[in-house]
Amino acid sequence: MLNTVIFFMGASILLTSCKKENMTEQPKSTNEVQGLKLVSTLENNTHKINLYTLNGKFSMGYNSVFFQIKNTDGSLVKNATATWQPMMHMMKKSHSCPSSSIKKKAGATSTYQGSIVFQMASNDQEYWELTVNYTIDGKEYSATDTIVVEAVTNRVVSVFKGSDNISYIIALVEPSQPKIGMNAMKAVLYKMVDMNAFELVQGFKINIDPRMPDMGNHSSPNNINLIEDNEMYVGSVNFTMTGFWRISLMVYDSSDDLIKGEEVTIDNPNSSLFFEVGF
Amino acid sequence: MAQIKNQFSVCNNSHIPALLHYVQKMKATLFSFICLCPFAISAQESPNDSISNKILDEVNIESKRSTKDVARKPLTSLEGFLEGNKSINLVRRGAYAWEPFLNGMSSERSVITIDGMRIYGACTDKMDPVTSYVEISNLSKASIHSGQSSSVGGSSIAGNLDLVRRKGNFGEKNFKSSVFSGLETNNMHKILGTSIAFSSPKFFSDFDLSFRDAGNYRAGGNQEILNSQFTKYNTSAILGYKINAHQELEASVIYDIATDIGYPALPMDVSLARAIIGSLEYSRHHISHHVKLWKTKIYYNHVKHIMDDSHRPDVPIRMDMPGLSSTAGFYSFVQGKSGSHLWKSTLSGHHNNSYAEMTMYPANPNSSPMFMLTWPDVNTNYIDFFIEDYIPLTSKLKSLFSMGIALHNNTIQNELGINSLRIFYPQFQDSKNRLLKRLSGTLLYEPGRWNISLSLEYGERAPSVSEGYGFYLFNSFDKYDYIGNPEMKNEKSANVSGKIAYKSNRFSCKLNSSFFYLSDYIIGIPDSSLVPMTLAADGIRVYTQIQHAQIFNSSIECSYHFHKNWVWTSSLSYRKGVGATIGNLPLIQPFSYSSEIRFATKTFDIEAKFSGAASNKSFNPNFGETSVKPYSLFDISASKHYKWKNQRLNIKIGAENIFDVKYTTFSDWNRIPRPGRNFYVNLIWEI
Repeated sequence: MLNTVIFFMGASILLTSCKKENMTEQPKSTNEVQGLKLVSTLENNTHKINLYTLNGKFSMGYNSVFFQIKNTDGSLVKNATATWQPMMHMMKKSHSCPSSSIKKKAGATSTYQGSIVFQMASNDQEYWELTVNYTIDGKEYSATDTIVVEAVTNRVVSVFKGSDNISYIIALVEPSQPKIGMNAMKAVLYKMVDMNAFELVQGFKINIDPRMPDMGNHSSPNNINLIEDNEMYVGSVNFTMTGFWRISLMVYDSSDDLIKGEEVTIDNPNSSLFFEVGF
Repeated sequence: MAQIKNQFSVCNNSHIPALLHYVQKMKATLFSFICLCPFAISAQESPNDSISNKILDEVNIESKRSTKDVARKPLTSLEGFLEGNKSINLVRRGAYAWEPFLNGMSSERSVITIDGMRIYGACTDKMDPVTSYVEISNLSKASIHSGQSSSVGGSSIAGNLDLVRRKGNFGEKNFKSSVFSGLETNNMHKILGTSIAFSSPKFFSDFDLSFRDAGNYRAGGNQEILNSQFTKYNTSAILGYKINAHQELEASVIYDIATDIGYPALPMDVSLARAIIGSLEYSRHHISHHVKLWKTKIYYNHVKHIMDDSHRPDVPIRMDMPGLSSTAGFYSFVQGKSGSHLWKSTLSGHHNNSYAEMTMYPANPNSSPMFMLTWPDVNTNYIDFFIEDYIPLTSKLKSLFSMGIALHNNTIQNELGINSLRIFYPQFQDSKNRLLKRLSGTLLYEPGRWNISLSLEYGERAPSVSEGYGFYLFNSFDKYDYIGNPEMKNEKSANVSGKIAYKSNRFSCKLNSSFFYLSDYIIGIPDSSLVPMTLAADGIRVYTQIQHAQIFNSSIECSYHFHKNWVWTSSLSYRKGVGATIGNLPLIQPFSYSSEIRFATKTFDIEAKFSGAASNKSFNPNFGETSVKPYSLFDISASKHYKWKNQRLNIKIGAENIFDVKYTTFSDWNRIPRPGRNFYVNLIWEI
C-alpha cells in the first residue's frame, strides 16, 4: 500500500515538473524543428536563415531541407515566400542542381521546407553556394553562403542522358532507413533544361530490380515498380536480408519507350542506371 | 499398425502384472521383435527367439541393463540400430545424425519423441534429427507406431517413433556398473563409455556416459570421404524415488554434445550440436479398479546447433548459421481397464520456439555482412487429447479404436521475420491456428498360428517450421532454395495398412503393407519467377500443396529355425511414392533385401549376412536424384559371452562390407558413397 502511495506521489511530481518545463519553454516554433539538425546558417544584415536537415548535413543526392528565417531580435518570420538557387562553382564553370519549390512545413507556422538534389559533392576546388531569395511583406531579401555537400559511398543520384537525347537527374528519396522486408521506395526525376534549370518529369515509369552483387547477384521478389505520384516516383522495394543492394533502374517515358537502363541478365549484372543501398 | 495388442499391453502396461497374463496369451504372435510394439524395432533380432523370451526380455530389460540387449551390434550408432527396422529408412548426409524416414516419409511427417518428450531439432537443414541426441547405450527400445494408432506423441501422418531410455527399477539393494568400448577400423571410430546403476527399494539411479570419436570414413576402394568426422559426448541420468507402494517420482536429464561434425554431402559442417533435455515425472498405479496407471511428466529441452564452414577450403562465401530450439511440455497419461476394454488416454501439450539465422560475409570488405532470419523466431503451441480403446470381441477377434484431436498454433515473434515473409506473402497473419484430427480403427484376427490385422486410419498434420516459415533454406540435393508458405492448409492422410503373419515352431513369416493417400501433400514446387539466394542454387522452390500423393510400403520377413542352433532369416522390402504433377516422390526406397544365417548357442553366436538393393528405377531427377546401381554386401560377425561370478564380458567382432564394395543408396544425400570394408570390435564388461 505504502509503495502504491509513493508511486503515485512520485508520478505526480514528475508530471507537474514536466508541465512546468513546458510552460517555461521557448516559443512553440522551436518545436517545429524538433528532430532536425542544424546544418548551416545563411546571414544578411536583416535576417539569419537556419538550415536544417534530418542528419545535420547536406550530402550528395536528395536532401529534404528545412529552414527558419530569424529576425535580428530572434523572432521567427512567419509570412515569407521564398525560392532558392544552389550553385556549384567548378574550376571553369558553374551549374545548379534540381530543387523543389518551397512550402511551409506541414503544420508549421515559421518553418519552410523543400528539397534539393545535389548531383555532386563539394571538394577542395569546387564548392556549392546556396542562395535563398525571400519576400516579406512585399520586400525582397536574399542571403547566400557556401555550403558543404558531403560525398556518399553508395550511389543515390545519377545524371544520365536518355535515348531521347535529354539529360536527366534521378535521385533516391526512400528508403532512407532501409530494413529487411518491404520498403516504400521513392525517387525524384528531373529533366535538365539547361545548366541552371531543371524540371520535374511527369508520366514516366521506372522499373526496379534490386540485386545483391555480393551474393550471386540474386534479387528479391514482388517489388513494385515506380510510378509517378505527387511529384515523386513511388513503388516498393523488398530486401530479404541486410547487406549491400544494388537497385537497377530502367526508365520508360510517357509513351512507354525505354530511355535508359538495361535488363539484368547473367552477363549484365546491373543496368547502367542504378541506386545502391547498404544496411 | 501391427502388434496392437502387444504394444497395448506391453509398451504401456509393463508395470501391470494383471496385464502380463494377457501378454503371455498373445505370445503366439509372430511379429514381436524385441520391443513388443507395432513394427517393433530391432530387426537385428531374429524372430526365431521365442516370444515368451521376448516378453521376458521386454519386461526385464529395464532391470537388466545390459547393453547387448538392444542391438545385435551392441555399440552401433542409434541410426544403425533403427536401420534394422523395416518401416524406417535413414537419409544420410554424412556419418552422423541421419534423418529417420518412417514409412517412406520425411521426418516432418512423423512425431519423434524421447521418453514421450517432444523435441524440435534446431537445424534448418535437418542435420540434427531428434534421434541424434540419444545414445544407443542408454536406449531400451524404440517403439514405432505407424499411422495414427497409438499416436500418443501427437498428430502426424507417418506415425510416432518413441525412443525409450533404459532405466532401473526399485528392488533389492544393488549396484551394477559396466564399461564398454569399441573400435571401427574404417573411420577409426572409437567408442568408450560407462553405465552405473543403483537400485534400492525406495530409490534407483542410472547414470550413463559415452564418448565417440570418428575420423573420415573410407568408401569402397579406399576412397577417403572428406569432412565425415565427428565427436560426440552423451550423458544421461535418471533418478527414481518411490513415494509409496503405488506412487513414484522420476527425474531425468540428457546432455548430449557433438562437436566437429562433418557433413560430406552438404556444403557446411557443424561445429556444435548440443541438447539439454530434462524431465520430471510422477506416476501412480492401481488408482482404482478401472484406472491402472496415471503418469504425468513435465519436461523442457533446449537445442543449440551451429553450422560452420570454416573447415571447407573452398566456399563461395563464408557464412554462419546458428539455430536454437527450445521446447517445454507436459503429458498426462491414464490407462485402465473397464470390463474387457483396455483403454488409455493422454492429454499433452508443448510450446516450442525455433529460431535460426544466417550471416554471410561478403568478399568485398566494404560491404556489410548479409544477415537474415531463416526461421523467424516461430512459436509452436500445441495441445492434444488422445484416447484409445482396445476391445476383445471374441477370443480370436479384437479391435482397437483411437482418436485424437489437437490445437496447433504458430506465432512469429520477430518483427523482422514477419517483414521478411511479407515480401512473399504481403497479407499473411503472424499467428495461425489449426485443428488437427486423427482417427484409427483396427481389426485383428488371430486364428491359431495366423495373425491378421487390418487398419483404417485418418490423420492430419500442420506444416513444419521450415515448411511454414523457412526463408531461403538451401537444399543441396536438388539445389533449390526453399521458401516456407505460412498460408498452407493441413496435410491429410487416409491410410490403410494390413498384416498377415504366420508362425509355427520352426517357421515364421510376416507380410506388412500400408498405403497412404495424402491430400494437400506439402512439397517444394519450383517458382521460376523467383531468383535463388544461395550461390549454388538453381532456383527457388516454394512449399506448396499438391492435390494428392500416394505412398505404398510393403515388407516381408521370414525366418526358419532349421536346427537347434541354426536359423535363417530373410526379408524383402519395397516402397513406392508418387505425387500429382511431380511424379515419383524423392527418397523412396527401391526393392531391398537381406538374408542372414546365424548359429547361436547360449554363449556364442556367429552370423553371416547378405544384403542389398535393386537399382532405384523410380528416382526423380527434379529433386536431384540420380539412379543408383544395385549392390550387394556381405557382413560377418561373431560374439562371445563370458561369465564369472558377478561379472560378464561380451565381445563382439565383425566385418562389414567384406568385399569393400563402393556403393551408394537411394537415401544417400547427393549420392555420397557409403563406407567400404570395416572391421569392428565391441567390448562390454559388466561388473
